[in-house]
Amino acid sequence: MEVKDIIKEENLVFKKTGLLTDKILSYCPGCGHGVAHRIVMEVIEEMGIAEDTIGIAPVGCSVLAYEFMNIDMQQVPHGRAPATATGIKRCWPDKFVFTYQGDGDLAAIGTSETIHACNRGENITIIFINNGIYGMTGGQMAPTTLPGMKSSTTPYGRDVELMGNPIKMTELVAHLPGTYYISRQAVHTPLSVRRAKKAIQKAFETQKQNKGLSFVEIVSNCNSGWKMTPIQANKWMEENMFPFYPLGDIKVDGKIIDK
Amino acid sequence: MAKVKGAIVVDIKRCKGCELCIEACPTDVIRMDTKVNSKGYHYAYMEHPELCTGCVNCALVCPDSVITVYRTKVEE
Ligand SMILES: Cc1ncc(C[n+]2csc(CCOP(=O)(O)OP(=O)(O)O)c2C)c(N)n1
Ligand code: SF4
Ligand code: SF4
Ligand code: SF4
Repeated sequence: MEVKDIIKEENLVFKKTGLLTDKILSYCPGCGHGVAHRIVMEVIEEMGIAEDTIGIAPVGCSVLAYEFMNIDMQQVPHGRAPATATGIKRCWPDKFVFTYQGDGDLAAIGTSETIHACNRGENITIIFINNGIYGMTGGQMAPTTLPGMKSSTTPYGRDVELMGNPIKMTELVAHLPGTYYISRQAVHTPLSVRRAKKAIQKAFETQKQNKGLSFVEIVSNCNSGWKMTPIQANKWMEENMFPFYPLGDIKVDGKIIDK
Repeated sequence: MAKVKGAIVVDIKRCKGCELCIEACPTDVIRMDTKVNSKGYHYAYMEHPELCTGCVNCALVCPDSVITVYRTKVEE
């Protein structure tokens, strides 16, 4: 059988969701933001909630998410996404509202907004892309940077004596009573993409049931900031990020999972 | 016996040459073209189309969603 006989409409098994625009993503080659965007949009499409969903784009590399996600979007100042999401959700409790934030945005300048929205149990979904550094501004140390990890502001590696320890935001917010579903995922292999998509779906379903805040961290590469090829970066991520930021559900049905 | 045959179509002008699809393909179908697109990136293509099973692994990991996948069954 020839390739041209296989490439027919009736044999189609995968194509880009229509909820991503046709604009070329502004991300570096191999950056995890692209897959994360796609699976969030696939979930919204499959749940049939595109007309009823409002996304909040942060400051960071994903500042232009509203150019790529073909739904109603709001772009907000650095770290303020959970506050804006709170306002929108309280005005329109029937809408699905989610934030999409990097670790600099969510765990540094926006720590307060994140923690208080989680503690209040706002009925929103937070998608948290953790690549361990400030990607957009040139790979500076973030609160999430691993001990010993090199960044442009820690060229000899993060010294915890001097700079403190990294913060695990996802475990931290799991301890707040307002959060209902909390998970940490990745998007670098076919299996991890499938799992991350399931977690995002569960997060939006939590919102549908008005159960409280749902929060999905995606441990991702910033290959440009880490100064590696995309393949090297994903390998480095498996060897270094996952032991510190283990993947899997952390809180399900409002209960922290014993590990 | 029925055999599964697949094929991918790469949107060449949007491919960024990251090679993550090569890494994800279990049957080693994909290579990077020596030519580049208008952005200057080498782009993915099927070097071994006969080995493609249409498993969609490459499309799942492609950050730029440039891979479309087709699959069909053929009687041997
Ligand atoms: C109020 C304010 N402070 C600082 C900045 C500069 N700034 C832009 S992006 C960024 C860090 C973003 O990092 P992260 O949230 O991890 O996202 P990434 O780019 O890695 O996806 C900073 C500090 C800004 N734009 N506004
Ligand atoms: S700088 Fe890092 S996070 Fe930003 S697009 Fe490039 S790889 Fe992605
Ligand atoms: S994963 Fe996508 S963008 Fe990267 S080389 Fe393959 S087709 Fe191109
Ligand atoms: S569909 Fe599967 S077999 Fe075909 S090129 Fe993609 S990863 Fe390889």
